[in-house]
Amino acid sequence: MCGIVGLFLKDSRLEPQLGQLLSDMLITMTDRGPDSAGIAIYGSAAEGKAKVTIQSAKPDIDFADLERDLAEAGLPARVALKSTHAVIAVAAARLADVRSVLAAIRPDVRIMGSGDSVEIYKEVGLPKDVVARFDVRSMSGTHGIGHTRMATESAVTTLGAHPFSTGSDQCLVHNGSLSNHNNLRRELTREGMAFETQNDSEVAAAYLTAEMAKGKDLGEALTSALDDLDGFFTFVVGTKSGFGVVRDPIACKPAVMAETDQYVAFGSEYRALVNLPGIEDARVWEPEPATVYFWDHEKAA
Amino acid sequence: MDASVKRESLEAMRVFDLVKTPLRELNSALHTIARGRNDTNFEVVNPRGSHAVAVGIDQPVTVDVRGSVGYYCAGMNDGGTITVHGSAGPGVAQNMMSGTVIIEGDASQYAGATGRGGLLVIKGNAASRCGISMKGIDIVVHGNIGHMSAFMGQSGHLVVLGDAGDALGDSLYEAKLFVRGTVKSLGADCIEKEMRPEHLQKLAELLEKADVKDVRPEEFKRYGSARKLYNFNIDNADAY
Repeated sequence: MCGIVGLFLKDSRLEPQLGQLLSDMLITMTDRGPDSAGIAIYGSAAEGKAKVTIQSAKPDIDFADLERDLAEAGLPARVALKSTHAVIAVAAARLADVRSVLAAIRPDVRIMGSGDSVEIYKEVGLPKDVVARFDVRSMSGTHGIGHTRMATESAVTTLGAHPFSTGSDQCLVHNGSLSNHNNLRRELTREGMAFETQNDSEVAAAYLTAEMAKGKDLGEALTSALDDLDGFFTFVVGTKSGFGVVRDPIACKPAVMAETDQYVAFGSEYRALVNLPGIEDARVWEPEPATVYFWDHEKAA
Repeated sequence: MDASVKRESLEAMRVFDLVKTPLRELNSALHTIARGRNDTNFEVVNPRGSHAVAVGIDQPVTVDVRGSVGYYCAGMNDGGTITVHGSAGPGVAQNMMSGTVIIEGDASQYAGATGRGGLLVIKGNAASRCGISMKGIDIVVHGNIGHMSAFMGQSGHLVVLGDAGDALGDSLYEAKLFVRGTVKSLGADCIEKEMRPEHLQKLAELLEKADVKDVRPEEFKRYGSARKLYNFNIDNADAY
């Protein structure tokens, strides 16, 4: 088991409530997995800026004077601290340099994700504690995904928590277990993808990143995942402007979706959706097996 | 209204609001009805996707659930009539023994699994594995059903007014399947069979019980076991 949720807003008036709504959805799913929890929020992107979310086991030490040390290393940045995580904002053109500079000046910090708009927060513990620790309720944004984990395929650690982000503004949450992830990891490594964990879900995220790097859009990448990934999965995936859902052909991992004029929502169970505004009149359905669903703010505009 | 009449009507319908009342209170109230009592009408409001609503009923009670439920609603029902005025999550009416369960909306996967008796009516669609390992239950789905439905079904009837997904009736024993729409594919050892008068008669009876109107039994096709998988074929003796 695991609990996964997602919320893609169509009505910008709901954006200030994204963190609040997504937090409640995730907390409702707590009894589907107590090991770790995480949330990815796509906030508003600032023109010409990019951000990197990092995590440290020793934030007191690693985050002290981080802004100054980045500047001294030739990388002007703003650093916003949130408990064990920090968000580094840099000029978009310098995004690629953050990883190498951090490796030099703060070798122990882990990169959770990066991009124009995504921020990712994840830790071991219950959703309510993770949400409170990072003040997720106060966050606004256009879409977001969340996960509460019952670990099966790799250790209960911060890095083993979802969402997994393997490309700029891309992230994935997974309920299920993959059976061909070791082979696929070897193939993707050969193609140049880097992995942080032994986790099966990270392989799925990296697979989609690699497919999109070849020019596929999110929907096309999810369609090819149906051929190339073996095992059980319900995935909810975010990109900078998109939101996708796919289930494996056997579809034993639960999934419920709801759509109104204001949003598209995903929950492992209907319980996760009951507090959303207008849910009484939403179109509620169970996504079909081996069927790709995706929405895109840019394509809709 | 006369005060005594009002009190009687309140007693006749016991309402459980699951926002205010723990689920266990509802289920234990359903389990402690003395035989012969007549205050057997229950209403459940604000189920909000709760699991295990109205499970383990063993008296002829009536339960109306106003909203959608999560896993295993009405499981093991033995004689009750449970109506969900909404949709149901996975495993609704699992292992029903007798009685009636009606879902006004859709049902998620493995609806009516392993059911031994009673009638399950789904007025919307049912997802995958509907009636898996059914052992005597009758299931009527007004809409469509998903893949692997009636897998290893042993007895009982599955009636589908819409379409069936992949691998219908895989490894089927003696459950009888009736589908009015298309079947995406048949599972191993499941074949289309001749519709004989006794089947039409049974189908008419089930349609009436399930409140289906304007649909004739002749519109359905019957599917059942080819009986090659679960019977030993002496020609295969060399393989053992």
